[in-house]
Amino acid sequence: MDNQIKNIFIAGVGGQGVLLASELLSEAAIVSGYDVKKSEVHGMSQRGGVVSSHVRIGKKVFSPIIPYGQADIILSFEQAEGLGAIDWLSPTGKMVISSTRLVPPSANFGKLSYPEDPVAEIRKRTDNVILVDAEKMALELGNIRLVNTILLAVASPFIGFERNVWEEAIKKLVKPKYVDLNLKAFSQGYELAGSEVKA
Amino acid sequence: MKELLSGNEAVARGAFEAGVKLAAAYPGTPSTEILENIAARFPSIYAEWSPNEKVAFEVGIGGSMGGGRSLVTMKHVGVNVAADPLMTFAYTGVNAGFVFVSADDPEMHSSQNEQDNRFFAKFAQIPLLEPSDSQESKDMVRTAMEISEEFDTPVMLRMTTRISHSKSVVELNDPVEVSHKQFDRDVAKYVMLPAHARLRHTKVVERLAKLAEYAENSPLNRIEDYGTKIGIITGGISYQYVKEIMPDTDVFKIGFGFPLPLKKIKKFVEAHERVLVVEELEPHYEEIIRAAGMTSVRGKEFFGREGELSPRRVAEGMHKAGILEKAPEIGFKPAELFPRPPVLCPGCPHRGMFTVLKKLKATVTGDIGCYTLGTVEPLGALHTCICMGASIGNAIGMEKVNGSKEPVVAVLGDSTFLHSGITGLMDAVYNKSNITTIIADNRITAMTGGQQTPATGYTLMGEETQSVDFVKLVEALGVESVRTIDPLNYEETLAVMKEEMARPGPSVVITTRPCVLMPRRVMDVPYEVILEDCNGCSACFRIGCPAIFPSKELAKGKFPKAEIDATHCTGCTLCAQICRPEAIVMKQPAEKVK
Repeated sequence: MDNQIKNIFIAGVGGQGVLLASELLSEAAIVSGYDVKKSEVHGMSQRGGVVSSHVRIGKKVFSPIIPYGQADIILSFEQAEGLGAIDWLSPTGKMVISSTRLVPPSANFGKLSYPEDPVAEIRKRTDNVILVDAEKMALELGNIRLVNTILLAVASPFIGFERNVWEEAIKKLVKPKYVDLNLKAFSQGYELAGSEVKA
Repeated sequence: MKELLSGNEAVARGAFEAGVKLAAAYPGTPSTEILENIAARFPSIYAEWSPNEKVAFEVGIGGSMGGGRSLVTMKHVGVNVAADPLMTFAYTGVNAGFVFVSADDPEMHSSQNEQDNRFFAKFAQIPLLEPSDSQESKDMVRTAMEISEEFDTPVMLRMTTRISHSKSVVELNDPVEVSHKQFDRDVAKYVMLPAHARLRHTKVVERLAKLAEYAENSPLNRIEDYGTKIGIITGGISYQYVKEIMPDTDVFKIGFGFPLPLKKIKKFVEAHERVLVVEELEPHYEEIIRAAGMTSVRGKEFFGREGELSPRRVAEGMHKAGILEKAPEIGFKPAELFPRPPVLCPGCPHRGMFTVLKKLKATVTGDIGCYTLGTVEPLGALHTCICMGASIGNAIGMEKVNGSKEPVVAVLGDSTFLHSGITGLMDAVYNKSNITTIIADNRITAMTGGQQTPATGYTLMGEETQSVDFVKLVEALGVESVRTIDPLNYEETLAVMKEEMARPGPSVVITTRPCVLMPRRVMDVPYEVILEDCNGCSACFRIGCPAIFPSKELAKGKFPKAEIDATHCTGCTLCAQICRPEAIVMKQPAEKVK
């Protein structure tokens, strides 16, 4: 990482582990000697609502929220949420998005329906998209809740800390009985990222 | 040692470092985590959930009078409730240090208004401290305690959602040793009879002049000098946004927000060609500065007085003011937002109650809690919501002007009833109002994340205790008809509500199902729809359960049948009870199905 501030926007739905991902990211940054600020607003979000977290990393960070349109990376754990956050992405930024689709029941009755193909909509705006079938990977590992760790791992080379720093963060912050599973998920995501970087 | 702390965690740590002995609060977003953290991490501090903010404030006053440093926390609208003791405690002053936190909610992320509580400091003529990150949140608790004791005054620490819920790096310190102060029975100071109060008011005026002098030299107000012609006066979270946008512009950073250091500000204004004020919500600094004769200072006309500021809004304002040449760039075209409105959880006991109220076409005055979501379609069964405890008074007034032809029902939760619903109900009895009050007792303060109440049997510190008996309490107020129901029993709820709404005089119905999430997650055997029996009538859709969704299969070629998401269904049975063709049944275990 250089002197610039790295802005990471994490988007998802209540229960997907947005907050854990932002905690892991912040921990990795602190251990690597950076200043960190992170911001998320909780309130009524535990009832299936949108959850987003702003993480900013650099030598000295002022605002805890990312200036609009300046996210270097958007990690989205859900397709429509990724599309909903697209205007936060910097023109040179990268979107790492899970194939997960969470359609709330209100979409079945309301005037607004779930977007047909959110990823295609995102790709109309930018080519800088990595679509990860994180839901499938997570289920194969035996727990749908690993989507957050897999996505974080895929994005990690673009954020730029040593691999062991991420692993230490997982050991410190994840509940002991889920540490091994999360390390495995991280490893799979990391390998996938390796192939993406080459490609 | 350094830690990444939220503003609220930092205030809790600050209380510990400042030698606080007592902390009291009523939960309210965004302030709740302060007391939760104190109780969880710093057992040397006595911590309590009080029934409401007024009581919390009075407990804190008692703690201060008794000689221990005391901290009281609340959300912005909580200060309205505590305003009575606040305004007079400002006269008596303290014994040991007293600080209260007002956690404001610009943008109303989880509130009914976005009032700017900095005005309360001016109103009560007490000092105001405004942190701009977690480090300052922690350090200012201790500074506020010292100011409180030095100037014999309560001190307000004003947080906002963005400060309370953002995390930043904090350098920790060891706690200070604070000696206990004896309570001195100085009645001229503590008994606010008119004769005493007049003398104390003089002290308040004198104190304010001394505080203004203090503010001139306080390191909480600092100038960051880069030699620019433009100068910005800012404080709180707005300071961070200004630094983000214009890192090398002269800044007057305010941390001591009332009384303002007007002499120092005047020098700053005179030393610059142009000075702008950047502050969130109301023009608190701007009005005081302009009233002191510095009329060239501007702000609100560029930055607005609604909602949260942000780096972008500050940049836009600077552009509007002609200070930044370029408007902030716009990146990718925003997509149409796909809404995920908050809804009552699957299995929520409130759903049964609202389904019945909708069926009975009742006018429902509502209150503050999860059940405010009863207003959301397709339930659409709650019609007013003003403030904590307002439902009953609102219902009384409505009934008094309209008569009893259209029955009015007040709905409020257990915690809200204890907070400030009891007096409303007393009024309904006393003034013979024909209303029905539902106390939706789910045995927890659910909306704020599951805090104990005087009716749950546990304290904040985890001790077992007495719990309020709602039936006895309501009977003691003089209510002659008090019924308890299971709100997820549709026929029972319907029958009881019909009777009670028709009954002359005030009646009370208490629902008895606990919250489906807290303290324990309720997960019974899920239900499923037998598709061939479903006639597509849509009755189950209209209860607004997130676990029920339309099937691709249609009835009579056009009406979608229903399906149930078994991973979300808690087996509450409400949909099965209202399904006429009895198409909804308990899901059979997988092995039996084949």
